[in-house]
Amino acid sequence: MRSRRRRRHPLAEPRTLFARLWDAHRVARLGPDDDLIAIDRVLLHERTGSVALRSLATAGRRVADPARVFAVTDHIVDTLPGRTGTRVPGGEAFLAATREETAKARIRLFDVDDPDQGIVHVISPELGIVLPGATLVCPDSHTCTQGAFGALAWGIGSTEAEHAMATGTLRMPRPKTMRVTFTGTLPTGVTAKDMMLALLAMHGANGGAGYAVEFAGEAVTALDIDGRQTLCNLATEFAAVTGFIAPDEMVFDYLRGRRYAPQGATWDAAVTVWRELRSDPGATFDCEIVIDASTLRPMVTWGTSPQSAVAIDATVPGQTDADLSPTGYDRALAYIGLAPGQILAGTPVDAAFIGACTNSRLSDLRRAAAILHGRRVAPGVQAIVVPGSMAVRRAAEAEGLDRIFLDAGFEWRMSGCSLCFYAGGDGFAPGTRVISSTNRNFEGRQGPGVRTHLASPETVAASAIAGAIADPRSFA
Amino acid sequence: MTAFDPVPRVSGVAAPLLRDNIDTDAIIPSREIKGVGKTGLAEGLFAGWRYLQGREPDPGFVLNDPLYAHAPILLGGTNFGCGSSREHAVWALHEYGVRAVIAPGFAPIFASNCVRNGVIPVVLPAEVIATFKDTVTIDLVGQTVMSGGACVAFDIDPEARAMLVDGLDAIGLTLTNLPAIAAFHAADRVARPWIYL
Repeated sequence: MRSRRRRRHPLAEPRTLFARLWDAHRVARLGPDDDLIAIDRVLLHERTGSVALRSLATAGRRVADPARVFAVTDHIVDTLPGRTGTRVPGGEAFLAATREETAKARIRLFDVDDPDQGIVHVISPELGIVLPGATLVCPDSHTCTQGAFGALAWGIGSTEAEHAMATGTLRMPRPKTMRVTFTGTLPTGVTAKDMMLALLAMHGANGGAGYAVEFAGEAVTALDIDGRQTLCNLATEFAAVTGFIAPDEMVFDYLRGRRYAPQGATWDAAVTVWRELRSDPGATFDCEIVIDASTLRPMVTWGTSPQSAVAIDATVPGQTDADLSPTGYDRALAYIGLAPGQILAGTPVDAAFIGACTNSRLSDLRRAAAILHGRRVAPGVQAIVVPGSMAVRRAAEAEGLDRIFLDAGFEWRMSGCSLCFYAGGDGFAPGTRVISSTNRNFEGRQGPGVRTHLASPETVAASAIAGAIADPRSFA
Repeated sequence: MTAFDPVPRVSGVAAPLLRDNIDTDAIIPSREIKGVGKTGLAEGLFAGWRYLQGREPDPGFVLNDPLYAHAPILLGGTNFGCGSSREHAVWALHEYGVRAVIAPGFAPIFASNCVRNGVIPVVLPAEVIATFKDTVTIDLVGQTVMSGGACVAFDIDPEARAMLVDGLDAIGLTLTNLPAIAAFHAADRVARPWIYL
C-alpha cells in the first residue's frame, strides 16, 4: 500500500521523533521543564503491580480506563514444567494480590496458566498491546524494550503506576534528546547485545542519563524485530529515560493482525499515521553518538556493571581504562574473581543461562540452537533455557528447538523472568560463575556471591559447550 | 493533601557510601521483599552489605557504625539507584530514616521514586560531596547544602522541588487537571481511535 506523504511547511523547524511523540501526548504544561503526559498503555507484573493496585484500592481510587491496563505474572513464577505458582517464599501473596486486585479493577491478567503468559515485555508485542506512537509505562525498568516498535515506553515506580492508572497521565520532566547511530554492517556472529555492551563500555552506565535515546543507522534498521528489542532493552542500563527506534514496515508487518492491534480500516489509518513517525532530516539532538558497527566483536562483561564489558578475546582492563574509581574497580574484581590482564575467553564457567526480556525470543533461541545442534554441554556445567513467553516456547517446539536444547544438556523450561534475578525460589549457589544472556551483572543479582558474565545467546551457547567463556564465531 | 512528610529542610549526619552505580538490588535485594506493601523493608535495606552470615551486622559497613546508624542523609556515587524500578528501594531508605541522598547523578526511575516519597535527590559533583563531613544541612527551599561552614547551591527540577517541599500528593494534584485530560481524550479518540480499546 502506498501512502501519500504529507507536505510539511517549508519553514517548519525539523523535529526529532521524540519531540513528535512527546508533544502529541502533552495534556498540559506544568512548568518550564515539566509536562502532564497522556499514557496510552499501562502494564503491570505481580511483583510491583500488585503493590500499586492494592495501594490504589486502599486509597479509594479507581482505575480510569481498565481496558488499557494489562497485567501478567512473570517475575516470581516457577519456571519448572508442571508448575502451579511460585516457589519464592512468601511469593504466593503477590500472586494472590495480583489476581484479586486485577479482578476487582476489571484488568486483563495473563496468569501463570494462561497460554499467552510470558515476560511482560515479550508478550506485549506478541499481543499487539504496544503500538507505534503510543506511550506505554510499566513498573519495570526494562519497559524501554518496547521502544523497538516506535513507542515511547519507559519504566516507572509503583506510585507512578498508580498515578498513570488513576489519571491516564504522568507528570514528567521533559528529557533531553540523544541519537545513537550505528553505521555500517554488523560482522557475522555479532549481535544487538554486543552493540549495546559496546555502547555501555564506551560511554558508561550513566552515559544516557537524562536522555530519551533514539537508535538509528543502517546496523539498527538491519536488525530483525527481536534484535531491535534487545537493543532497546538495554537503554535502561545506559541510565536513559527510554530508548526507541523509528517504526518501519518490519514493525507494521509484525503487528498486523495481533490481538489488540487495530484491524481493518482502522489499521490502515493507523499505518498511515505511523509512517510519519521519524526524525526529520536536519533535526538536532542534544547529544549524538556514532558507532561503526562493522568494527564490533562479541562482547562479554568482566565486572559488576554492564559498562564493564570488553571484546571476548580482550583482557580485563586496568583501572583507568575501566572508568571506575580505584575502590570500585578493586571491589568489582574481588567479587568477580578475575585479575587485570586476564583474557576473558577460556575462563571456566559453572552455569549457562539463556532467558530474560533481553534475549529470550524465538530468534535468540534459534541462534543459540544453531550452535548447540549436535553438540553437548561440557560436563559439570548447569545449562538452562527459559523462553520469554509460552508462545515463544510453542513456536520453538514446533520447529524442534526444544530437542536441540535438551539433547545438548540444557533444561527446557516454562516462561518467566526466572534466573535473571534472585527472588529466593531459584538461584545459583554462591560463587557460581554464570555466562548469561540477561541484562544485569550486579553483585548478588543472580544470587548471593554469584558471578555473572553478560553476553549474547550464541556466546552463552558456545561457552556452555566449551565449559569456559568461548567465542561463538569459532562454533559457526 | 499530603502524600508524605514534607522535606523543605533536612539536617543531620551524612553517611558516606561513595560507590558508583549503587543499584536497587543492592539497596533492597529481591529476597528481602516479603509482602505486598510499602512497609517492613528497613531491615532488608542494603542486606547484602549490611549483614554477615546469620544476619550478624558487618562492622565494616557504614550504617553499622554507631555514628551513622539511621543517618537522615546518604552520600553516594554516580548513577545512584540504577537497575530495577522497584520503589521498595526508596521505601526501605525512607523507613530506615533517610530523607535525602546526595550523589553526582541518579538513575531516572529512582529519582522519580524519591520525589514521590519524600526523599530529596540532590545532585552535586563528586569533588564537592567528598568535602562533606558528618553533619550536613540541605535547604530545599533555598536549594543549598551546608557543611562545615561551606555552602553550595544545587539544581533541582522545579516540579520535583515543589512536590518535596510541600509533601504533595501527585495524584490529587493531577486530578485537578481532569477537564484538560478529558479534552485531550475527546480529541485523541478522533485522531487515534486505535489507542482506545
